[in-house]
Amino acid sequence: MKKKNTAPRLGSTSDSLGSLLASLICILAGLVIGFIALLILGWITLAQDGNSVTFGEMLSKTWNSGFKAILSGGFYKTANTMGMGVRAEILQAAPLIMTGLSVAFAFKTGLFNIGAAGQYTVGAYFALYAALVLKLPWWACLIASAIGGAIWGTVPGIFKAFLNVNEVITSIMFNWIGLYGVNTLIYQGGTGAMYNTNTTKTFTIKQVSPESLLPTFNVTIGEKGYFGKMFLPTIGIFIAIGVAILIWVVLNKTVFGYELKACGFNKNAAKYAGINDKKNVILSMTIAGALAGLGAGLFYLSGSKEWEPLVSTALPAAGFNGISVALLASSNPIGCIFSAIFISHITVGGGYMDASIFPGEVSSIISGVVIYLCAFSLLFKSGIRKRFTPKTRAAAGNGKEADA
Amino acid sequence: MWLLLKYTLLYASVLALVALGGMFSERSGIINIALEGIMVIGGLMGVVMINILNAAGVPAALGVILTILAAGLAGMAYSSLLAFSAVNLKADQTIGGTALNLLATALAVVIAKRINGSDSPKISYNSTTNKALCNLDFSFQVGKLTLNWFIVVAVVALFAAWFVLYRTRFGMRLMSCGEHPQAADSVGINVYKMRWCGVLISGVLGGIGGMAYIVPAVGDWNFEIGVAGMGFLALAVMIFGQWKPAGIAAAALFFAVFRAMANIFDSIAFLNAMNWPKEIYNMMPFIASMVVLAFTSRNSRAPKAEGVPYDKGSR
Repeated sequence: MKKKNTAPRLGSTSDSLGSLLASLICILAGLVIGFIALLILGWITLAQDGNSVTFGEMLSKTWNSGFKAILSGGFYKTANTMGMGVRAEILQAAPLIMTGLSVAFAFKTGLFNIGAAGQYTVGAYFALYAALVLKLPWWACLIASAIGGAIWGTVPGIFKAFLNVNEVITSIMFNWIGLYGVNTLIYQGGTGAMYNTNTTKTFTIKQVSPESLLPTFNVTIGEKGYFGKMFLPTIGIFIAIGVAILIWVVLNKTVFGYELKACGFNKNAAKYAGINDKKNVILSMTIAGALAGLGAGLFYLSGSKEWEPLVSTALPAAGFNGISVALLASSNPIGCIFSAIFISHITVGGGYMDASIFPGEVSSIISGVVIYLCAFSLLFKSGIRKRFTPKTRAAAGNGKEADA
Repeated sequence: MWLLLKYTLLYASVLALVALGGMFSERSGIINIALEGIMVIGGLMGVVMINILNAAGVPAALGVILTILAAGLAGMAYSSLLAFSAVNLKADQTIGGTALNLLATALAVVIAKRINGSDSPKISYNSTTNKALCNLDFSFQVGKLTLNWFIVVAVVALFAAWFVLYRTRFGMRLMSCGEHPQAADSVGINVYKMRWCGVLISGVLGGIGGMAYIVPAVGDWNFEIGVAGMGFLALAVMIFGQWKPAGIAAAALFFAVFRAMANIFDSIAFLNAMNWPKEIYNMMPFIASMVVLAFTSRNSRAPKAEGVPYDKGSR
């Protein structure tokens, strides 16, 4: 415990209870601010109409047609017919777990992979190309998406290792180059092989190459399946959870993972101990890119959304939400599963609010506030530690021995 | 040719303003990656102010001054969130900045939708919707060349920045906080106060820069795309300009040429003949900045203490 805590970015695993509590405080504060935002929005709307409402009415309106939807997420009653809401939540959680893992993995090596959005975009292109043009089976398409993301992660890694360019700047540049590049390649002036001029989107995978779609599953409750026949969720979520466990094993149980973390903690010490730091920086960014790319594969091979090259002028949100996921999980791969489900929960729920009063982006505000708070969650952590130290230090010590 | 010059100067003024903002912040020791978000907030506030003043029927000249002031103040207010987390709470500056970027776009979309009362995050301020005060009021004509007031602001800001940084006590103290805050503190300089100043100045310049990007070039803006990476490009301009006002001016012009091509490539004969899609030109400034960074980063002269939270206890 004597260690000076100057590396909050790495998310020390030694104090996982503190991290968990800090994350929960961040979430709670984010939700409170989200509620206040909804309250203000509702008040403005009603004031515009010239109605005079009491504060109690306002509270109940905000709760019923706004905040309740965010809290219940995919389980929101009116939206969850035949499991549609839950399916949407699962569908969005899978890529979020992957982009979260991508950011978390790079964090462990002391790198901030803000380029998950670009890697995700390029991964999506590779997945769609493999599915729509090459008509490969789904697992091959997934590998293709991972390769695409890996390429887009490697280049900033090389720039960082050999040219000493900050990876944050290069990844951001690569985000935009990737987005414009993918749009150009898909559209090609309207002649792209996977571009459907009638819908101005890419062709649906279902029509062109059904075996490229991820397999689906259903849960039987009583006699009937929980999800309607048309709304079966894909196995993407299980693949994502499997990868999360794999990453946890790689980071905590292998020499390679140890070397990566050593580079993250102290680059010079790692170099002195004979670890090739340049190789590790590049490898870490490559793997981070592959994870983000795979996330795009899991999303686009589910067949529920096509790429629209003409209107995709903003970077995909899944990439940036990955940063929230990783920070909320304190870069713990297993924690990423839960934080991704949380982010997906509030995002899906945000879409179910009464859109005439409450824009769905309020959930983006909540996750933005949550990351802002996570940036100084160290403060919470030390606060929590101070408060509980006399009682929990012994317990934490015991827990650590059991862990080892 | 006049068109190319017009857009080059337009984008150069944006990049120079925002990069100067980044310079003040980083010279004081705070990495300001939130510039993109600050630009969005400044731009939004400017556009909203245009609509408010238009409805109030304020004369154009006064309107221009008031809206620019509003954009700068909004940027300053938003940047105080970064200063609070980075200076007082000693948080990770990159993460805090990223959070503010995400928050800014979300906030802007929510506010824009609320103002429209519909599902569209697009706000217009062109001469058909706004009779009294519109985007054309920000431009003026010199011979065949169309200039805008933000170019004037940028040029003034460049000279002012040079003067403040190298010729005043404040500037010297600010730079010392970015190089060696412990030494600065030991001679009685309040490091926290200096860093707050650095970030707030960057907020003002970033906010005005955001408005400079949005208002003179087009008549309406979709806030879903934020400012499309312009804030990050400004960071590259700052690095390329080696954290110095003169360097930033040169770098801003260089990148602005690439950015301007995306707007006007179809009116230049030989570029149009090549028949490249617009997206290639959109990509160009980013590719150019990658190449430039690759060659300049090795011997870059970044402020030594940037990114390191200052803790009095660790002196």
